[in-house]
Amino acid sequence: MTEKKKAGFRIQDMTDTNLLLAITIIVFFLMYIGAMVFQGKGFLKAQTFFNILNANASLIITACGMSLVMITGGIDISVGGVAALVSMCCAVYLDFKGGNVFGAVLISLGIGLAFGIVQGLLVAYLDIQPFIVSLAGMFFARGMTTIVNTAPFNVANEEFIAVKETRITVPGFGTVNKLGKYVPAYVEIGVIVALLVVIILFCLLRWSRLGRGFYAVGGNSQSALMLGINVRRTRFLSHLICSLLAGIGGFVYFLHVGSGSASHAMGMEMNAIASSIIGGTMLTGGVGNIIGTFFGVLSLSTIQNIVSSAGLDQAWWTGITIAAMLCIFLIVQSVVMARKKKALK
Amino acid sequence: MTVKTRVSQLIAAVSMLMLLTACAVSGTEGQVSSDPATETEEAVASDDKLIEVGFSQLGAESDWRSAHTESMKSQLTEDKGFRLLFEDAQQKQANQIMAIRTFIQQEVDYIVLAPVTETGWETVLSEAKEAGIPVILVDRMVDVEDDSLFTCWVGSDFKMEGMKATEWLYQYTRSAGIAPEELHIVNIQGTIGSSAQIGRSQGLREACENKGWDLMQEISGEFTQTRGREVMSSMLKLYSNLNVVYCENDNEALGAIEAIEAAGKKPGMDIRNGEIMVLSFDGMNPEALQYCAEGKIACIAECNPDHGKRIATLIHSLENGEQVEKYSYISEEIYSGSRDVTQLVLKGRSYPVTFLDSSEEGKVDFVTGD
Repeated sequence: MTEKKKAGFRIQDMTDTNLLLAITIIVFFLMYIGAMVFQGKGFLKAQTFFNILNANASLIITACGMSLVMITGGIDISVGGVAALVSMCCAVYLDFKGGNVFGAVLISLGIGLAFGIVQGLLVAYLDIQPFIVSLAGMFFARGMTTIVNTAPFNVANEEFIAVKETRITVPGFGTVNKLGKYVPAYVEIGVIVALLVVIILFCLLRWSRLGRGFYAVGGNSQSALMLGINVRRTRFLSHLICSLLAGIGGFVYFLHVGSGSASHAMGMEMNAIASSIIGGTMLTGGVGNIIGTFFGVLSLSTIQNIVSSAGLDQAWWTGITIAAMLCIFLIVQSVVMARKKKALK
Repeated sequence: MTVKTRVSQLIAAVSMLMLLTACAVSGTEGQVSSDPATETEEAVASDDKLIEVGFSQLGAESDWRSAHTESMKSQLTEDKGFRLLFEDAQQKQANQIMAIRTFIQQEVDYIVLAPVTETGWETVLSEAKEAGIPVILVDRMVDVEDDSLFTCWVGSDFKMEGMKATEWLYQYTRSAGIAPEELHIVNIQGTIGSSAQIGRSQGLREACENKGWDLMQEISGEFTQTRGREVMSSMLKLYSNLNVVYCENDNEALGAIEAIEAAGKKPGMDIRNGEIMVLSFDGMNPEALQYCAEGKIACIAECNPDHGKRIATLIHSLENGEQVEKYSYISEEIYSGSRDVTQLVLKGRSYPVTFLDSSEEGKVDFVTGD
């Protein structure tokens, strides 16, 4: 511990993961504060933030799984398809077969596990490219969704509607609406699930032996092997957890929209990848953080919110802004990393 | 390394990063907030008390839908005292629900919803009701038990459109002295199951039954020009006595005319002398309007996408505390290139026929008959 170290800029003392995490969190807060200052109104209300959480609980869950796979050096683009399949199967089970919500949860977990086991085995033990495996998985899931039921429909199962409508009020954040009535702020059940997933995965990655294994395998699988880590098993587990989370995410999505449709969760895998990248996970593996992914999802949907409430009415504006955002993140990431490497030399 | 120094280093790094990212962020913010149009909008909004309207459109799948969106945008402008927030849901109900929730948080004055499906709206509409924001439905309906969840509905009456076209045909043939048995009709239907197809086909079937016309066949042309042409050429081969074709939109009519001309026949109103009469719907395609003025299309029953004006009027009435009708049909014209029929009377209401004048080349004049 020297004076010199304290005074100077010591970016190189941070790990890559923490550095990228810091960038994500700062940008998110700057953006949100910017929205509050420039647009006011909706953004000044806590419920706007909670609505972002409500609408994106499923994306948070799937993006967490995605980050895990990406940290291990893989990718899984089947998550959107799995989510759609889960929502359709649950919808059919609840509406046509008169099932209960508990059964629907089991179905979701079952579908997630099945996809996880098959894809994990193919990737880890047969050494097939994860992109190819999950591409096949995506087509399979989307196709199966249409086979289960072609037409989109809304679920009328009463027990399910009751769970769907359950609102957990957040004390102290309500607002008085223009009729002078106090409306408490609320989140849906899915948000609680999402937060639990974030916390559990964060702890797993941070403090468990397995968690460090994911980073090691993604960073350099040869070294990981030499360190005595079971590389195949670690890869397998990362895909298993990711698909399982896609199943849970699919159920949460279903809980939010209350309908089954083959076009559900279209492009969710891409949003999950984008969120992970914004959150500081690198496609090359070994770097990433679940908290970052959480903020990545929030950033992504905050942009969407800003674009629409600014009155930029065309749908493509959102796409363009997100693309610009991604570019900026990637540039910032690589600039910061380059500076750090330079400083280390 | 102590915790304290680590924290101070972190802070140093963070502040440095803030500088680094500041320009990056202002880049994105720049697109959104310092857009001059947006700023002036906000300035006006706080000055003149514009009425804020949130419009959730279901998508942009057809020409009609785009015209519908355009109508809303051109009518709910700042000059007219509105500030429109537009959301394109890209055919997803989840997006529409999110959009409505955003509108509620923004405390807009009115929400206009063109719903993608009929079911699943109870929750979000009750949220709007709780927030005291009136919801106006356009185009399609929602299926809710409590109809106080929305203030009113505005849309087209497709069956009425069919009735107008057939009533025009009835009046025209009567004045020309053509007996009902002489009419041999084929119907080129729209996409089966769409509300426009159902209403328009129903209008024709009822008329054929009541008036004693010969409805030879109904077959779908899927609302496209290509299918319209294919269907029409096979119909022409099948039925030599065919003299009226009822096309459920303009694109099909254009296709049918191509087929008629390719078969060496003439589209027109003089069916006694072997011409084939074309009836059509929508009245949005400029080519179809031109054909109508020239007489190639005998008459077009308009399907008006121009909901914007009605919505603007409705909102003004609601602002003044007036009662508005719960269900209102948009007023729709009927166009023809013939002056023989000037007015139709249906269900006790009279509808003037708009005469399309083709005197000037390439320009269609609208002359309202009385």
